Amino acid sequence: MQLTLADIEHRVGPATHLYPMDLALQPNTVSVLLGATQAGKTTLMRLMAGLDVPTAGRVSVDGHDVTRMPVRQRNVAMVYQQFINYPSMTVFDNIASPLKLRGALDKAAIAQRVQALADKLHIDPFLKRLPAELSGGQQQRVALARALAKDAPLMLLDEPLVNLDYKLREELRDELSALFAAGSSTVVYATTEPTEALLLGGWTAVMDGGELLQYGPTAEVFHRPASIRVARAFSDPPMNLLERGALRLGLLLPNAPPEATIGLRASALRVQQRPGDLSLPGTVELAEISGSDTFVHVATSAGELVAQLSGVHFFDLGARVTLYLDPAQVYVFGADGGLLQAPARKSD
Amino acid sequence: MARIDLDLAHSYKPDPQQDADYALLPLKMTFDDGGAYALLGPSGCGKTTMLNIISGLVQPSHGSLRFDGDDVTRKTPQARNIAQVFQFPVIYDTMTVAENLAFPLKNRGVAPDRIKARVGKIAEMLEMSGQLNTRAAGLAADAKQKISLGRGLVREDVSAVLFDEPLTVIDPHLKWQLRRKLKQIHHELKLTLIYVTHDQVEALTFADQVVVMTRGKAVQVGSADALFDRPAHRFVGHFIGSPGMNFLPASLVPGAPAGSQSLGVRPEYVTLAQAGDAGALPATVVQAQDIGTYWLVTAQVGEHTVRLRLAPEARAPQAGAAVHLGLVGPRTCFYAADETLIADGSPA
Repeated sequence: MQLTLADIEHRVGPATHLYPMDLALQPNTVSVLLGATQAGKTTLMRLMAGLDVPTAGRVSVDGHDVTRMPVRQRNVAMVYQQFINYPSMTVFDNIASPLKLRGALDKAAIAQRVQALADKLHIDPFLKRLPAELSGGQQQRVALARALAKDAPLMLLDEPLVNLDYKLREELRDELSALFAAGSSTVVYATTEPTEALLLGGWTAVMDGGELLQYGPTAEVFHRPASIRVARAFSDPPMNLLERGALRLGLLLPNAPPEATIGLRASALRVQQRPGDLSLPGTVELAEISGSDTFVHVATSAGELVAQLSGVHFFDLGARVTLYLDPAQVYVFGADGGLLQAPARKSD
Repeated sequence: MARIDLDLAHSYKPDPQQDADYALLPLKMTFDDGGAYALLGPSGCGKTTMLNIISGLVQPSHGSLRFDGDDVTRKTPQARNIAQVFQFPVIYDTMTVAENLAFPLKNRGVAPDRIKARVGKIAEMLEMSGQLNTRAAGLAADAKQKISLGRGLVREDVSAVLFDEPLTVIDPHLKWQLRRKLKQIHHELKLTLIYVTHDQVEALTFADQVVVMTRGKAVQVGSADALFDRPAHRFVGHFIGSPGMNFLPASLVPGAPAGSQSLGVRPEYVTLAQAGDAGALPATVVQAQDIGTYWLVTAQVGEHTVRLRLAPEARAPQAGAAVHLGLVGPRTCFYAADETLIADGSPA
């Protein structure tokens, strides 16, 4: 299905929650809404679902105006941060509820569909239990199974994994990705985490302060952020940004104005030198270890920088360290914050 | 400060029969005087039970614990002389920052001039010297939690300081600064610190020794690099790192040590190999994801899924490609049927 938002805007009293924006969702795939809390992700989803009517603009589905059509008349499935299930119904009845409401399937067909979804989401041993008897991860699986049972052309998920342990999050994200890929729904998935957007793939809409900043294929938005704001929202750890950075780094950038801001991805900074590298000596402020990566915060003469090193590395606080950088790996942003230059990619 | 020895078990049930009846299975463990420890594991693993047993909020159903050799099993939290910091700020809103920090010392009848000196020192470490006379009520959540941390650290005579997920309320952008503060403070004050968290970054960054727990059992106590490179138990390999370790039957590769049932190899250490290479296994690529800072490739070796992480500049094989994977190298670990490590490939 093709969901299109044309020149929509949302104000509540004197406050603007969404500034005017156009968004034509890529059909039959996942679109990630990426932004910090308060960026406007939930507000936008509520307009997509028909839970709210925009102050201005038009929402259309496959060319039909649905701006004022209430949610009940639309075919939308939603999953929220909180694990929302019917507390007095068994897991089976929870998952079956949208199928029963629709009335198109007989009992045996419903049972078959519930069983198939429960198998996929690994909750088949709990079909006779009540949601309260399950762990948080299992409860959210029930809510996801119910949303999937609806088989709605539009599925909206508002930070569905945020309240789970990170290992559970990893598992469920993989399972969801596979389910989205196997289905034909247009899926909208809101998250605050850049890495989650990259793992989900598909397309990404970057939001900040009620504005839609950029929408495109996820990897493309990541590698070619249209502005400093996009780069900031779509990087974890944050992209290192150096105002008038060419001067501070001693970089020669013939096509960039001197006031340009230089952006350095944490992953572009290394502790091993390669030919042609720039050197940035400094002192270690902290080494954060995630297991797969170590994030080293270093105070250098060019400014405070974060480097991402693969694996576990120990650094004493205050230790001297030199970071190395391939000058071809810099991002250059103009005085207005717009992207002037991004590192070339092999696939480009 | 104290060395803490545990030799105990705990069950919330009156007459435990099987492993599943224990919140904490029988264990012997020592926390050295002045060490920084983290208890890491998913919810329900027993980490909070262990913390509560150390603080005296819970009495172990079996065994005893000693502080510097003295049996404190039946002693109250007050008598054990423990400082605690919780998830949410525990402070007096009507008091100033200085009064809040001084409170634990005043209660113990410390002389006013010593209180002043100590409060000054702690405030300086937490970079709150400029706010000493500000009322706590007007401060942001992270500043309030800093006061909580300060109150936990202000007494020099405590046996240990216990932290229960202390950075939960802190904005992600500020977390690393507080992690850094905690590390600096540990270096300066040499207190015995025990930190409970389900977040691997927090545990691995903060602690010299991380206790990894699952289902009531401490499966490994080790430094970050030991947990990453030589997981003593399959759970550690799985839980540390994103994605975690790959596991395959040991019988798939030649020369697996006697008694090994599975081999574990991290996505970082799987290599793309040539057909003729020793130990290379044929595989089919299922997916190649551009995670921005690296390629995450998912491949199928027979019925087993293997993930590998390739450098961003590598040319990643695309879905459907037939490849060979190098799974045995110096960082490959072999596990027995009970999931414990029996050998790793590192040179002896």
